[in-house]
Amino acid sequence: MILTIAKREFRSMFLSPLAWVILAVVQVILAWSFFSSVDVFFNIQSDLTTIKNAPGVTDLVVSPLFEVASIVLLMIMPLLTMRLISEEKRNKTMSLLLSAPVSITEIVLGKYLGLLFFIVTLLFMITLMPLSLSMGTELDFIKIFSGALGLFLTLAAFGAAGLYMSSLTDNPMIAAISTFGLLLLLWMINVNSASISGDASVLGYLSLQTHFTALLRGILNTRDIAYFILFIFGFIVLTIRQLETQRLQS
Amino acid sequence: MSSLISVNNLTRRYGDFCAVNNISFKLAAGDILGFLGPNGAGKSSTMQMLTGNLAPTLGEISINGVDLLENPKAAKASIGYLPENPPLYKEMTVTEYLQFCGRLHNLNNTALASACDSAIERCGLENVQKRLIRNLSKGYQQRVGIAQAILHSPAVIILDEPTVGLDPIQILEIRDLIKNLGETQGIILCTHILPEVQAVCNRVQIINQGEIVYSASMEDMLRNQNEKFEITLTENIGIEKLADHHVFKSIEVIDEHSFTAESDLTADKLSEYIVQQQWGLTRFAQQQTSLEQIFIDLTTSDKTTLEDNTA
Repeated sequence: MILTIAKREFRSMFLSPLAWVILAVVQVILAWSFFSSVDVFFNIQSDLTTIKNAPGVTDLVVSPLFEVASIVLLMIMPLLTMRLISEEKRNKTMSLLLSAPVSITEIVLGKYLGLLFFIVTLLFMITLMPLSLSMGTELDFIKIFSGALGLFLTLAAFGAAGLYMSSLTDNPMIAAISTFGLLLLLWMINVNSASISGDASVLGYLSLQTHFTALLRGILNTRDIAYFILFIFGFIVLTIRQLETQRLQS
Repeated sequence: MSSLISVNNLTRRYGDFCAVNNISFKLAAGDILGFLGPNGAGKSSTMQMLTGNLAPTLGEISINGVDLLENPKAAKASIGYLPENPPLYKEMTVTEYLQFCGRLHNLNNTALASACDSAIERCGLENVQKRLIRNLSKGYQQRVGIAQAILHSPAVIILDEPTVGLDPIQILEIRDLIKNLGETQGIILCTHILPEVQAVCNRVQIINQGEIVYSASMEDMLRNQNEKFEITLTENIGIEKLADHHVFKSIEVIDEHSFTAESDLTADKLSEYIVQQQWGLTRFAQQQTSLEQIFIDLTTSDKTTLEDNTA
């Protein structure tokens, strides 16, 4: 049942030009960033050989790519999530799901899973670029895996927050803007705390960026993974509660 | 026969406003219930509560013997619902959409194919099944909505204004379809079109200001109506003189020659009586109190009493 809803959600993204345009735009921007880092790497390659414990190609090309990807997708994810629930409400299709033998939890999980399918597609396209380097050089696959996992968890967290925002309104535009605001706030909430008291502060812990950077460095810490899972779980529960409340009050 | 829907003391409040006030009714298999009411009477709220789209403030709903509030998934499996706005995913084709709806109702692949085919055939969608719903006309979109509601052959079908936007021929087709479905399933038909109720339904229920003000089978409704006659005479006989004749219970004068009258006599006895009086009878017609009359009487009289109270 969850899968049925997820499949429909995934398909309908590709039935509108939105998904294609997003894939294309993200790919072009990241390809340019990837190309620039490879170029920089070539220029400084000779200097690197003189340094002991010099950073490798994974640190200099792959990690920056994932970092740029996270920022680009911070801006793009709200566009993907904005219509998840708000459009169902606006087009009155929500009543089809609500009067079918499906619980609200299943509806929300189905929609989120559909979004995850798209995130995986996106991630696959992005990861292909650094993987192509393995034809010419040796890569630190563990580090790439850790970075890709970090990017996946970050995007999944963005998506969960966007799903919740989308359940609050029946206007996709408002959902997109408030999602963007929330994500940006959570991304840079540690800006001043980092300079004052370092990563140990509460604000530093709340920031998405702190946890993503740790994974990007290849540090697979359960603390960071637990943060993302709690974040996603929290927003999904909030979304379910929100829809239940709307059924009671609408 | 056990009832398909049984609603007990259902109440729904929006803040201080009471949209549905303590209503109870039952629907048996083979019933086609016409659910009538003026705008804002609580029709749609009731339908939304029956289909689990809206949680009731108080009351019980059981669908096909299953409590909707305690066991919503099992109860909703036996409902087919067409809301006022057909819930269509416009970027899908008709077949894709119906397949999705079937899967939502747990139909497996073999059942799904045959259910889709039969729904498409019953709603006359053969020619458009490969087209995007977005590109269909309003009438066809409405029919896709109906197809969606009957797809999984639910025990209860709830249709909210199903014939909106259809052309006269399609309306007749859909009415036939509803009649056919009503032989085996229970149907609730919400509509503003009173002749439609008279043509299709075998029970009528009128809701006004959140309360059920009228509920009767179609036969009872036709039987219990007052006998009213429209009479035209060549002679001008004063109302006082007519009132002396005790065959007339009440008289309403239309003009010098015509009046409407209520009588206990049957049509042939009354006409015979008038002919015997030699008043020069030129026109004699039995007036039927239509559903429309009942509807207007019940839904407007309440308003006047309300105004009296506030005055």
